[in-house]
Amino acid sequence: MTVAIVRFGGSNCDRDAARALGAMDIDHEIVWHEDGLPADTTAVMLPGGFSYGDYLRAGAMAARAPIMETIRARAEDGVPVLGICNGAQIGCEAGLTPGAFTTNESARFQCEHVHVRVENADTRWTRAYETGEVLELPIAHADGRFEITQSELRHLEAEDRILFRYSTPDGTVTNEANPNGSTDNVAGILGENEGVAVLMPHPERAALADIGSTDGRVILAGLRQATVAP
Amino acid sequence: MSAFTATVTVRLETGVRDPEADTTQQSLERLGFELQSLRSADQFEIDLDAADAEAARDRANAMAERLLANPTIHDYSVAVQSR
Repeated sequence: MTVAIVRFGGSNCDRDAARALGAMDIDHEIVWHEDGLPADTTAVMLPGGFSYGDYLRAGAMAARAPIMETIRARAEDGVPVLGICNGAQIGCEAGLTPGAFTTNESARFQCEHVHVRVENADTRWTRAYETGEVLELPIAHADGRFEITQSELRHLEAEDRILFRYSTPDGTVTNEANPNGSTDNVAGILGENEGVAVLMPHPERAALADIGSTDGRVILAGLRQATVAP
Repeated sequence: MSAFTATVTVRLETGVRDPEADTTQQSLERLGFELQSLRSADQFEIDLDAADAEAARDRANAMAERLLANPTIHDYSVAVQSR
């Protein structure tokens, strides 16, 4: 098995991701997008960064790279896909997940630790948690405000596809705990199936004890198995 | 074929917050200007050759749908002129 960490021009969290997966003994390979997915790809990670300088909209250019068609097809076949930060923006721009990540309410780049509450623990990304548990993860983005139409949001809620919400450390969802003005404090969502997830916080920057937190490991561990145990 | 310029204007949909416009408005007010509100937009001027204006408009619409606008947050308009 290999987790393909897809590098676009301007990706800059690909090596962080590789280091985190390496520390977790998860086989992985950084893949230049033009080279396509390796034949033994069992999961795909879209890393953070500023692909194509955030020109037009964050993630807009990378989302239209040919490899994304392959990733879309593999995701439909059940291959797990995890988009983090710029990877989340790419995932939404590519239509793997609904909604859009756009300018922070503050109109500033924000780099800080936040808390997120697990909204659905019945996924490969959150199975080690209970619904309502709280993780501490770093964010580093200027375009993390989740926007979605009310009808699409209701649809996501009805299908239990909201993965994380920004919250206080004790798990209360408040405006103050929302770092970027995201609709309903949404920090991460699922695609059509639970194998596809996008989130703005950085689990790969919370995977090594030496740098403060390992709360992100469980999320990354979702890349390990190709299918969810029933 | 005739030469056209298609102008595609991409705006945030009504109701979607625009922090950049808010910040710009605050700066204008700090400079002493009076204004009620301000909206920002992206504008693309696309030179293209097409059989007629309608074909040019169709192509520019397709460009907006596929890349220039994000339907989750944007409205767009297209104007076509001979070039």
